[in-house]
Amino acid sequence: MNIGNLIKVAFSSLFRNKMRTALTMLGIIIGIASVIAMVSIGQASTQSVKTELSSMGSNMIMIMPARQQRGGVDMGMSSSKSLDNKDLESLTKNTRYVAAVSPMVSSSKQLIYGNNNHSCSINGVSASYLDIRKYEIKEGVMFTDDDVRRYNKVCLIGQTVVKKLFTNGENPIGKTIRFGTIPMTVIGTLAEKGQNGMGNDQDDIVLAPYTTIQKRFLGINYFNMMFASARSEEESELAATEITYILRSNHGIKSGATDDFEIRTQEELVSTLSSISSLMTTLLAAIASISLVVGGIGIMNIMYVTVTERTKEIGLRMAIGAHNRDIMLQFLCESVILSLIGGIIGIVLGLIISFVASKLMHMPYVVSEMAIFGSFLVCALTGIFFGWYPAKKAANMDPISALRYE
Amino acid sequence: MAKDILRVEKLERVFRVGSEDVHALKGVSFTITEGEFVSIMGTSGSGKSTLLNILGCLDTPSAGDYIIDGVSIKKLSKNELSTLRNRKIGFVFQNYNLLARTTAIENVELPLFYNSDVPARERRDRAIAALKLVGLESRMEHKPNQLSGGQQQRVAIARALVNDPVILLADEATGNLDTRTSYEIMSLFQDLHEQGKTIAFVTHEPDIATFTTRKIKLRDGQIIEDAPINTQSAAEALAALNLQKED
Repeated sequence: MNIGNLIKVAFSSLFRNKMRTALTMLGIIIGIASVIAMVSIGQASTQSVKTELSSMGSNMIMIMPARQQRGGVDMGMSSSKSLDNKDLESLTKNTRYVAAVSPMVSSSKQLIYGNNNHSCSINGVSASYLDIRKYEIKEGVMFTDDDVRRYNKVCLIGQTVVKKLFTNGENPIGKTIRFGTIPMTVIGTLAEKGQNGMGNDQDDIVLAPYTTIQKRFLGINYFNMMFASARSEEESELAATEITYILRSNHGIKSGATDDFEIRTQEELVSTLSSISSLMTTLLAAIASISLVVGGIGIMNIMYVTVTERTKEIGLRMAIGAHNRDIMLQFLCESVILSLIGGIIGIVLGLIISFVASKLMHMPYVVSEMAIFGSFLVCALTGIFFGWYPAKKAANMDPISALRYE
Repeated sequence: MAKDILRVEKLERVFRVGSEDVHALKGVSFTITEGEFVSIMGTSGSGKSTLLNILGCLDTPSAGDYIIDGVSIKKLSKNELSTLRNRKIGFVFQNYNLLARTTAIENVELPLFYNSDVPARERRDRAIAALKLVGLESRMEHKPNQLSGGQQQRVAIARALVNDPVILLADEATGNLDTRTSYEIMSLFQDLHEQGKTIAFVTHEPDIATFTTRKIKLRDGQIIEDAPINTQSAAEALAALNLQKED
């Protein structure tokens, strides 16, 4: 029998039992649809994590003093005082891949305005910090280099701070707020940025010239950490290498000795987060594929019933000259068609589900060609794998007893 | 001298049932030549079904030889036996064995699907010709449940004829039919016989056997009688039956 006839025969026998065919297919449909939907939703969430991270500044590089150990005791992050003005200067001037550098010194103080107070850390930075972290000014201005030189007591505040301190809707610009005992003038407010990928409020922030914090608040001349930005996301690794080189030579670290600072690029963070999220995707797909296996077993079950039911037909076909192979192919063809049609419907359904889910969860709609081709392949294999045994059973029947079967 | 269609020589068939050997056939020998219409008779348990299975190449003998159209089946593989069944043998069963929900013409075409020598475009023509031969050209698109028992058996006969086999093997082909329809079917077999077909007809009804030209009688796995008979005309028997009815 040629393949065209096999397909025709398979279709007509599937059509004979419409309800049974539909229910058997349903198993495959649900299996494939859930795999497609899970993979698609998983990939969409990976993508949205990435998008959010790049809103934080995907080319951002963090430079921190290395952890120090004293007598075997870990002193915690940023415990050394290795970053200072000299580093800032050489990173600003002597680099090719670094677009901007800002130091950061932090002090935690109670903020007071009128009757309101708010506990918040105040970050001493340079003007380029806004660019590096992708902050925008809503009202007012950023402080200038002159403010930095003169340790001026000016600051910019984020929207959360605005809401906490200026409860009756006053314009904060030009107002003086107190940090503990030190009065500072608000010269600008930052545009709202929302939560970052880790759920931290990016609007609960106060920015001031780093010199002001160093001299007036803390009395130190080193930085807690530094922020830099590479010229582009692709160049962030190059920039990191460059920074490492400069800092090592600044700090006089001999080759072979460990750095007294740590550099983290966003790229690392992105890859960590997306590997977590792709792990989730894999996990979801694995769970979903269990239902695919269940669907396959459904096919096998029905094929067994079909073979038993059609024992007489098998006997007749053998009597009039069908080879074992013909019988085998006939039933195999049936199960493959069953699973392929189920698979196609499942793929369409899965795409619809993931489309609806992406709209509901405000995520990008990602179509994974891999998942589609993969599940198509899996369908064909499911049909063959689960159809094989029943087909084999049919092909191995003895024509005499098959003809007598009642 | 007509050529031999099939020849069995000292055919034996032993089945093992539990720890006992059951000898269903104990050395059966005969020859059927072209154009014969042989009835194989015997009570149940006489070995006639076993003999038919071997003649139909569905089963192989434990000992002895079976040569059909010059081919000894002794050394043939399962697939070669299938091909042999397809080309050389036309089966007609007691319960017709038509595919349900499949039209008469599709049922008749079925053996041609397993015959790669027949091109696809010839299939329908040959099926139509076979259906014409059994007088069912007006029922080609009917499904088995829309046909009477006699008509279903005619479709089955057409299916047996479509590959132009060297022999028609009928297994109690009238067993499910009433007397009148049985006579009609026997009349059809006689027509086919007149057109030169070789037919082996297994039955346990003596009056059906009288429509054939030779009777082989089996008992306990052995031939107890093998003789030509005085052939009755099925058409005349049918006419007589109709006459009776009018009385």
